[in-house]
Amino acid sequence: MKSATGASKRVITLNVNGLDREVMVEARTLLIDALREGLGLTGTKLGCGEGDCGACTVLVDGVPVNSCLVLAAEAVGSQILTIEGVATGNDLHPLQQAFIDKGAIQCGFCTPGMVLTSLAFLKEHPHPAEDEVRRAISGNLCRCTGYQKIVEAVLDAAERMGGDS
Amino acid sequence: MKDFNVLGSRAPRVDGPDKVTGRALYADDLNKAGQLYSAILHSPHAHALIKKIDTSRAAALPGVRDVITSREAGTTPYGVSPARYDETIFCHDRVRYIGDEVAAVAADSAEIAREAIGLIDVEYEVLPAVLSSDEAMADDAPLLHERYKNNVCAQVHHNFGDVDAARQKAAVIKTATFRSKMQDGAFIEPQSALAHVDLHGRLTLESSTQAPHYVQRTIAMALGVPLHKVRVKKPYVGGGFGPKASCATYELVACLHALRTGRPVKINLSREEVFLHSRARHEFKHDMTFGVGADGEFLFLEHECLLDGGAYASFGIATVYYANSLLGGPYRLRNIKYDGYRTVSNRPASGAQRGHGAVHARALFEMLVDEAAAELGVDPVELRLKNVMETGETTVNELNMSSLGMRECIEAVRDSSDWTAKRGTKRTPGKGIGAACGFFVSGAGYPIYRSTTYHCTIVTKVDEVGGGVAVLSGAAEIGQGCDTMMAMITAEVLGIDVADVRVKSGDSDLAVDLGAYSSRTTLMTGHATREAAEDVKRQMLEALAKVLECDAAALDFVDGYLAVSDQSIDVSALREEYLKEHMGFTDNPSGGPLTFREASRIAFLAKGALVGRGKYKPPVLGGSYKGAAVGTSPAFGCSAQIAEVDVDLDTGCVKVNKITGAHDCGFAINRTQVEAQMQGSMSMGLGECLFEEVKFDGEGKVLNPNLADYKIPTSMDMPELEAIIVESHEPNGPFGAKEVGEGGIMPTIPAILNAIHDACGVRITELPVTPERIIEGLKAQEETR
Repeated sequence: MKSATGASKRVITLNVNGLDREVMVEARTLLIDALREGLGLTGTKLGCGEGDCGACTVLVDGVPVNSCLVLAAEAVGSQILTIEGVATGNDLHPLQQAFIDKGAIQCGFCTPGMVLTSLAFLKEHPHPAEDEVRRAISGNLCRCTGYQKIVEAVLDAAERMGGDS
Repeated sequence: MKDFNVLGSRAPRVDGPDKVTGRALYADDLNKAGQLYSAILHSPHAHALIKKIDTSRAAALPGVRDVITSREAGTTPYGVSPARYDETIFCHDRVRYIGDEVAAVAADSAEIAREAIGLIDVEYEVLPAVLSSDEAMADDAPLLHERYKNNVCAQVHHNFGDVDAARQKAAVIKTATFRSKMQDGAFIEPQSALAHVDLHGRLTLESSTQAPHYVQRTIAMALGVPLHKVRVKKPYVGGGFGPKASCATYELVACLHALRTGRPVKINLSREEVFLHSRARHEFKHDMTFGVGADGEFLFLEHECLLDGGAYASFGIATVYYANSLLGGPYRLRNIKYDGYRTVSNRPASGAQRGHGAVHARALFEMLVDEAAAELGVDPVELRLKNVMETGETTVNELNMSSLGMRECIEAVRDSSDWTAKRGTKRTPGKGIGAACGFFVSGAGYPIYRSTTYHCTIVTKVDEVGGGVAVLSGAAEIGQGCDTMMAMITAEVLGIDVADVRVKSGDSDLAVDLGAYSSRTTLMTGHATREAAEDVKRQMLEALAKVLECDAAALDFVDGYLAVSDQSIDVSALREEYLKEHMGFTDNPSGGPLTFREASRIAFLAKGALVGRGKYKPPVLGGSYKGAAVGTSPAFGCSAQIAEVDVDLDTGCVKVNKITGAHDCGFAINRTQVEAQMQGSMSMGLGECLFEEVKFDGEGKVLNPNLADYKIPTSMDMPELEAIIVESHEPNGPFGAKEVGEGGIMPTIPAILNAIHDACGVRITELPVTPERIIEGLKAQEETR
């Protein structure tokens, strides 16, 4: 099959939030576009398209990646977690609840990436120090908060989770 | 102090759950079946005449559905201020900056649209460009706009009091020049929009905007569509900070394509296009002479300001006024002379950004206060305390401080930061502490266009089924938290839970609201929200009183129930009526007083639709002099901050270790969100102080139109931010509340600069503070020793 621009398209299977999903891509289709446009998972945000801002962060096999810099085809065979897969139904993850309770959200555009980066970090560092949190989220830009309440939320989540992630 | 159930709490944001789960929809998340994708062709030249545009190759590309230039779009001028409408949708005779919009294409995919704009052939005759205020005002400079003589787009000349007489009394006179660079809003969400037209010809634009109302007006005017045929809705917006406060080309382009094709049209700006469209912070040059008496009394200020505004006026007239009007306080200063010039140049247009026009003027003034304190041999914090205005005073430019907790803010940061001990002790070289103050309007006193319009209206509708309440508003939630503010005020007035209030906002179909700019929403929309809730509450209580055959004054809504002050009032018949309607329902109330759910249903049965109406416009404000309207506000918020820094004397690197801030917001409707606004302001101020600069090459091309090379603070750059809330109870604000959105940025830059001076003796006169500038300053110190 050909796209409107003539490039060849094929169906790949991506494992997203625990489900195998089929999506039509070109060889050059980026993961962010496969998620947002192919699968309608618009919680992943495009802020710059160049890997500078971190708004498009998703977890691939537990590791935060900028989905604007990864080809969709590269993620075949991996477990992809997007923001839509963090809560269980309507039950928020303790990290999400901490973001709400601590006031770590303003415009919300960096929030999905910030939550996913923090989630991966807490898995590796269940009892983090403040400077470790700051280093962990330094690839996710936020223009609203000055990061203070985000750092507080991640530290609070670590306590709530009591070492479990 | 009066106790509240909801107000003054740390209630969680109403949009928090949607935003933390990815369910919140932003403009780029909206799609419609059959939508086209638009892309815009930008000028490659800073200044050129358009000789010819040939779109035939683009139109012939398969998948292209519409190609538009000024021929199709027309040349109706628009802009921000009606006195300076100097833009058209597309350039028709001349381009004025690299990035100026020349044409657009709508196609079946974004890729085809981008390919097609590359096929539009434009013949230019390149003209000499002017790239700074100095070049723009040179005698032989090419004119950008016929109407702006000497390329001066706006100028202000004010003379308050008697500067020359005051000069005679001054014991200390300090003069300095300060320069900043053009800056970017750097919100994380690039602008996007989706335009569609229904089968009655009515146009809807869903856009990433701070001001749906002004966008609606501009679309109607520029495209010649009746206003009532244009609806502008704002989904969630990923930050604005000013640059999204006016109608932008991409919005008009999407609408025009949609009208012409009948198809939905999507447009997304790239990050580079965000930088090119700009409308963010101007580049400023301030010259000030400041005089102080031997006793420390502030005597006079002589101020000249030159702003480079780029290609178009945008908000620039207001900017050049704000650059001085917000020096009228928060200190007693009775003699101020000001000459301000806002030029046009062949760079992207600057507009409004957090702390509009006033941030760098404030920075230089606060540095001069420190310089004067040093010469007088007094503590700079004490010198500020000696001169602060108090509640009820009026500035020399006729701004009334109807509440002003400036003194309390200064004392709070002084005490919390341990200023006296840290400043007074013999310190390690390279370690410094600095203080500064500032204040800001709590909503512009007048709309941008001349009108007696209400600045906002609110419709509060109680559900016919009982129990829930919808607040309908045109206000723009852009992250600052106004939806939560409206929900909290409504819940407070009606005595119900915040969770039972649904706020529907940001839609020109629902109500009028001028938008999220000039820190106006809490005060103005908050007033209207309160009025609407009180109005519907009164109607409900009157209806219930009629049914109960009692006095409405004996009834109230408290904690989710109908409270009756007279025990002879029997509500059991009302409960029976409710229960009769709800046979088979398993959650019916039993025992105890009538619930709000029951009472509101009974009120509906008695009266029909339960709709409360609220509105707000400021009282007539300001003095009689020209320009008195800019800077007027029903109230003013104020801030003090103390910054602690380390300056590496070998490398010139500056590390901010802590900022202690106190802000007088009148009354904190939501304490968490007030702190959050303060911390966000400090972060933006720190970035603008230390890193941020939009850089240009010699041809006027932006060199760093991305978030790698245009540096905003990361979590590693930000220190601990302490936010102290001061509440002065503003008489003109709802429940005593006033702004916190912008006042908090005013002291940040000078607090850091004063701390740097304290650390190493270097007085920074040009932003951003790069290590090079510190090292140059240290070298200059060596040489003068």
